[in-house]
Amino acid sequence: MFEWFGKVNFCPHTKVDGFAAHLRAGRLMGSTCTACGHLSFPPRADCPACLQGEFAFTEMSGRGTLMTFTTIDAAPAGFEKEAPFNLGVVDLEEGGRLLAGFGDTIAPDGITIDMPVQVVPRLCEESPDIKVHYTLEKPGTTWVKTGPESGEST
Amino acid sequence: MSRVGIVGIGHTVFGRRSDATVQELAFEAYRAALKDGDLDPDVIEATVIGSVPEYHKQRSLAGVIQEYLNLNPKPTWLTEVACASGSAAIRTAWLSIKAGVHDVVAVIGCQKMTELETAEILALMGRVGDVQWESGFGTTFPGYYAMFARRHMHEFGTTNEHLAQVAVKNHHYGARNTKALFQKEITTAKALASDPVAAPLTVYDCCANADGAACVILAGERAARKLGAGREVWLDGNGCATASMSVLRRPELTGLPSAREAAAQAYKMAGISAGDVKVAEVHDCFTIAEIMAYEDLGFCGKGEGGAFVAEKQSYIGGATPVNVDGGLKAKGHPVGATGVSMACEMVRQLRGEAGEARQVPDADVGLTHNVGGIGQYCFVNVFKKD
Repeated sequence: MFEWFGKVNFCPHTKVDGFAAHLRAGRLMGSTCTACGHLSFPPRADCPACLQGEFAFTEMSGRGTLMTFTTIDAAPAGFEKEAPFNLGVVDLEEGGRLLAGFGDTIAPDGITIDMPVQVVPRLCEESPDIKVHYTLEKPGTTWVKTGPESGEST
Repeated sequence: MSRVGIVGIGHTVFGRRSDATVQELAFEAYRAALKDGDLDPDVIEATVIGSVPEYHKQRSLAGVIQEYLNLNPKPTWLTEVACASGSAAIRTAWLSIKAGVHDVVAVIGCQKMTELETAEILALMGRVGDVQWESGFGTTFPGYYAMFARRHMHEFGTTNEHLAQVAVKNHHYGARNTKALFQKEITTAKALASDPVAAPLTVYDCCANADGAACVILAGERAARKLGAGREVWLDGNGCATASMSVLRRPELTGLPSAREAAAQAYKMAGISAGDVKVAEVHDCFTIAEIMAYEDLGFCGKGEGGAFVAEKQSYIGGATPVNVDGGLKAKGHPVGATGVSMACEMVRQLRGEAGEARQVPDADVGLTHNVGGIGQYCFVNVFKKD
């Protein structure tokens, strides 16, 4: 299922492939090591702290702070039609970081370092295949969650 | 402990080399190094090739080069750590000499980057970061350094003018290097007006891909004194460190932790401090990378890198002259060759053979700083002259 993740996907198989299904259902998941409780985002199957290999997905709030950003003019393969586009790196409230593009609720000229943002799961509606990703939005932006309630789930 | 010396250097012209295969480029550098050191090929016991395989049509490059150099059945192997592959080759040659396995080893960094079509380059460019969590959003190599630049500007007041001044300096010296890709000066205004690549970086903030090769011949202390005949330069500090592949796991985005760690190792091993460095080659793949290098290496304080170049402290005559051969920016960046090219320049400088236009006076301690990727790997070497 991890082939669903990203506008372009280079990496269809992973031990954390449930991440993409959760994202499709509107949930942004990190991983918690079942042995030592270490939280990772992006999620990982193998704990970097105690090296144990059992984990549970843990829902993240998606709230964070913009650490830095850029505008890509010279685009890589698969993104030529989208350029120029903005990318940002976000420090998440619970720990961990992510990199993503910006959604419609943040104007390109309104992006500033240290601004609070909300990470919002997205489905690419224009694609015939299932493609999921997330965008950086204004705090308070809401979206539809489907399936089981938030909380730990694999 | 016994020292390792450099007894021969060779360097091709960097640029579009559609006249030669990659093994022909390697041969040019190798032949020049033997000639430079007045060495017989029989003294070479092994070769180490620094190169990044994905740019070449030819697979398993080391074997092809070894044959073309007419060095069979002597051993060879390839090292790959992205843009620091050349320094990794130097490190493994140095290790093999330190271990007493080999006494004289030729290190060749080489790359032919113009074999690829634009579409292939764009596809490769899309996979420079963590392909699981980052590449699917359209990241690029300049895009990562742009995010370092933006954060550095935010925290320390670094400006676009500071970035441009790095390019101006490196073109100033590139104009005086006959092996450089761009042998012409530029102005700050021209750099600032160039097209955006990944804001705040523009075309003149980015180094250019190139073809080329460089060779250094390393020898154990006794052999180095005999073969070097007084021109040998010592590799007395060799630091090597890593940082996370992904920017998502970096503690901060205003410097490279791998560079600080590798520098600390190299300074300690060589028994020097940053203030002792008379001339340096740093990895200016992007202008912000040179500014961060000044800080990571201790040439100036954290956040002072912009002012350091603005005050011309990295020019000859300043506190620490940096990239006085043009750096990656003006010399061009054939990725596997770059680390070895830096070592060649350091040997030239310490011998006093860099030529009137670029020779740093009284250069007796030199440093190279070679970064792979966006700091996943860093090698810092300290060179000394007796």
